[in-house]
Amino acid sequence: MSIKKVRSHISPNEALLFERSSPGKKAYQLPALDVPAVDPRTALGEQNVRAGIEGFPEVSEVEVIRHFTRLSTWNYAIDYGMYPLGSCTMKYNPRVNELVARTEGLAWAHPYQPESLSQGVMEIMAHLESALLEITGMDAVTLQPAAGAQGELTGILLIRALLAQRGNPRKKILIPDSAHGTNPATAAIAGYVVENIRSDEHGLLDLAALEKSVTEDVAGLMVTNPNTLGVFESRIIAAAEVLHRKGALLYMDGANMNALVGIARPGDFGVDVMHLNLHKTFSTPHGGGGPGGGPVAVKKELEPFLPVPRLKRAGERWSFDYDRPLSIGKVKAFYGNFGVLVRALAYILAHGGNGLRAATMDAVLNANYIRKKLEPFFDLPYTLPNMHEVVFSDERQARQGVRTGDIAKRLIDYGFHPYTVSFPLIVRGAMMIEPTETEGKLELDLFIDAMISIAKEIETEPEMVKTAPHSTRTSRVDEVKAARKPVLKWTPVPH
Amino acid sequence: MLEACGVEKPEDLFTHLPEAVRLKRPLQLPPGISEYEIVDYFRRRGDQNANGYASFLGAGVYGHYRPVLVDTVVARGEFLTSYTPYQAEMAQGTLTTIFEFQTMICQLTGMDVANASMYDGSTGLAEAALMAARLTSKGGLLVARSVHPEYQEVLHTYAKNQGMPITEFEYDAETGAADLDDMERKLNDLTAAVIVQSPNFFGVVEDVKRAAEIAHRRGALLVMGFAEAVSLGILEPPKADIIAGELQSFAISPSYGGPYAGIIATREKFARQMPGRLVGETTDTHGNRAFCLTLATREQHIRREKATSNICTNQALIALMATVFMSVYGKEGLRELAEQNLAKAHYLASRLTPRFSGPFFNEFVVSTGDRSPEEINAALLDRKIIGGLPLGRFYPELSDAMLLCATEMSHREDMDIVGQALQPARSSQPRSPEILNVH
Repeated sequence: MSIKKVRSHISPNEALLFERSSPGKKAYQLPALDVPAVDPRTALGEQNVRAGIEGFPEVSEVEVIRHFTRLSTWNYAIDYGMYPLGSCTMKYNPRVNELVARTEGLAWAHPYQPESLSQGVMEIMAHLESALLEITGMDAVTLQPAAGAQGELTGILLIRALLAQRGNPRKKILIPDSAHGTNPATAAIAGYVVENIRSDEHGLLDLAALEKSVTEDVAGLMVTNPNTLGVFESRIIAAAEVLHRKGALLYMDGANMNALVGIARPGDFGVDVMHLNLHKTFSTPHGGGGPGGGPVAVKKELEPFLPVPRLKRAGERWSFDYDRPLSIGKVKAFYGNFGVLVRALAYILAHGGNGLRAATMDAVLNANYIRKKLEPFFDLPYTLPNMHEVVFSDERQARQGVRTGDIAKRLIDYGFHPYTVSFPLIVRGAMMIEPTETEGKLELDLFIDAMISIAKEIETEPEMVKTAPHSTRTSRVDEVKAARKPVLKWTPVPH
Repeated sequence: MLEACGVEKPEDLFTHLPEAVRLKRPLQLPPGISEYEIVDYFRRRGDQNANGYASFLGAGVYGHYRPVLVDTVVARGEFLTSYTPYQAEMAQGTLTTIFEFQTMICQLTGMDVANASMYDGSTGLAEAALMAARLTSKGGLLVARSVHPEYQEVLHTYAKNQGMPITEFEYDAETGAADLDDMERKLNDLTAAVIVQSPNFFGVVEDVKRAAEIAHRRGALLVMGFAEAVSLGILEPPKADIIAGELQSFAISPSYGGPYAGIIATREKFARQMPGRLVGETTDTHGNRAFCLTLATREQHIRREKATSNICTNQALIALMATVFMSVYGKEGLRELAEQNLAKAHYLASRLTPRFSGPFFNEFVVSTGDRSPEEINAALLDRKIIGGLPLGRFYPELSDAMLLCATEMSHREDMDIVGQALQPARSSQPRSPEILNVH
């Protein structure tokens, strides 16, 4: 065992805010009222006024800052190091993007302020739209969906609307067994029945199986490309033809678009509708699980159905067009997660066309480097060339009784966040690794060293790996207990 | 690295891509620019917008002061650049803050359980409606016209393909509150949920208690939405079955409509039909208190097409902003903040004639008489004031009315100007001046 990246240091304990609370402490100041005070009971009616907010914290300013600072140190983050989560695309989040999202005229723009005073925000949205169209090769894009899953829902509703206009919305959506869980959940919410189709022995779309499955009942196929094995679906154009011949559409989950930017465009290989995850490909911060952004790009025939409103240029001025009779409506209030759009555009502007392509190539190079270095130690069930991520299996380690989840937890002791565990489902004991373009060789080598060291530990000390992590302030967490008797909020200890 | 991969140049790693899919030209995007140029680009775009205007817009997005500690905390890389806390051992920071968030939302709403947040108020309300349908095994939705019109639109988009018919019920033209008699008439045994918002889109506080009693008599659930979270600092939390709301008021920048954070809170017995993430308390192997994501068997990554929702994320960083905001203001502060909003809006109302007589928190509707709302707003813009939202766009019968909002950030002088601008439109004396000057 040789842990090179980390050694332990003191980690502060911290109570919950409610446990720090006591009456009279305060962290706020309000200005003196410049208008007469109003009696709430008179203004709102006695029955509408609450006595107080039972249990709400009362703490001082310094307690607030220490509380959240101490808690923050219990997190791992991209700012600490590599986050090899496959499919999640954890890349560095440039700080200038945070600064510009807080620009006064942007952060304080009210969605209902007059269009004449919103030309700057509209210009930003239009600029991002045009960049995304060039990157995807599609014809139109909506920035409204709040995240990838909502983008999927938007995309499937667009397909439904187009097919309904043609006379029959159809009943089924086909989804490969390697897909993200959001795909089937989305199809169900959009009112479709899900039919899973099996991947072939290489983990790719099985054209023959697809041909058999595409009936007059099928509205479309949802496919991730590159797929969740990190492999490009080389028969994608033929698959699109199979679908189109039967009047069905091709939906692309753009979760892995960071492997294609500047290299290949979905609009050029038969995709009818797709979403992008701005928080993956375009580096807007994950923030511990959101916010995201999930623009949806479409081919011309789907454009009339996009959510309202649409940006429209009249002479020198931008305006919003609500007169869209075929639109699926709104998927979210207002126009989208504008603050996330700002960050994505900043990323695109910083890179430029060539920089984006270079980022793609670095991401693919990094994943291939990891594959080559780890292949001697871990089982690689699917061996086609991979792009931005690589999926190993725990098969060899499982013989010692050590599973992918254990190896993941042991990585924590080496100072790394775990890779993605047990996904995609078509790989038994999957270990899904995505380094992204922002890791340099030094960090990659440390990660590779850690993985190899763990593989050796498993040969000699499997129990130690199975009980990892050992160096964190919190040892392995009992998730079963949490689910069996859920405690979902703090309650005061009774005296 | 190239050598280790067995290639000469990075392009060689792409040779397996079929020729037909490859882009054979550079992307038609300008070359990359420097940090200064990026800052300059966005500053110029910001300057094209409404900088330096006083605003009386509310309508779901409120101008509240953002305490400095909020950005200080969320700018920390440990929160900003961390992933969803699936790996509990290295995400206790995020998990603990979400557990505190869930607790504070329960305290605020008087509910038993709250999730880790939704995209925003509009999608939260739609998900709450789908949840009610699952709980009642019925599909009909009865929605007040006084719910935020954009929330209603999102609700339609979500419900349309689930075979869930939506029926609207009216608001009372005198009070501006939901017309519960109309609701009772339209309620039937197929109704899964009655949906109201309080304060409603016109700013009027609804009688949620009575609405719930009527709904329950026919086996429907009462779903309450809210858009102005600060109102909960002073308003009695209603006894709804599901509460779905928007937290933008809690130190989240207006940011032209997003990102915000929504909530869903409910009763204990309904928890397993809730959409979205939940954090629960547990212990680690040493017996220390620890937190982790839990009840994931409701969620898409486990249940796939049988999940309660397709939602994959929450709005963790935005929910954290709201958590810091609630921590800074606390029990006394949120009350005082709400009282200031109440006082400001009632001062503004005292210069005008509110259209509706129902009790309001910090916004209200005013008629503009023989001039259009747009005309009055144009005059106000000349004085660097953005007036109220003209309502004709959403309510044709209110095309001679605007929705005005005042918060703790509204200045008395600006309110006086708005009062004067609307003066000739006054048809009667200001309503209820007796509630002023009581302290």
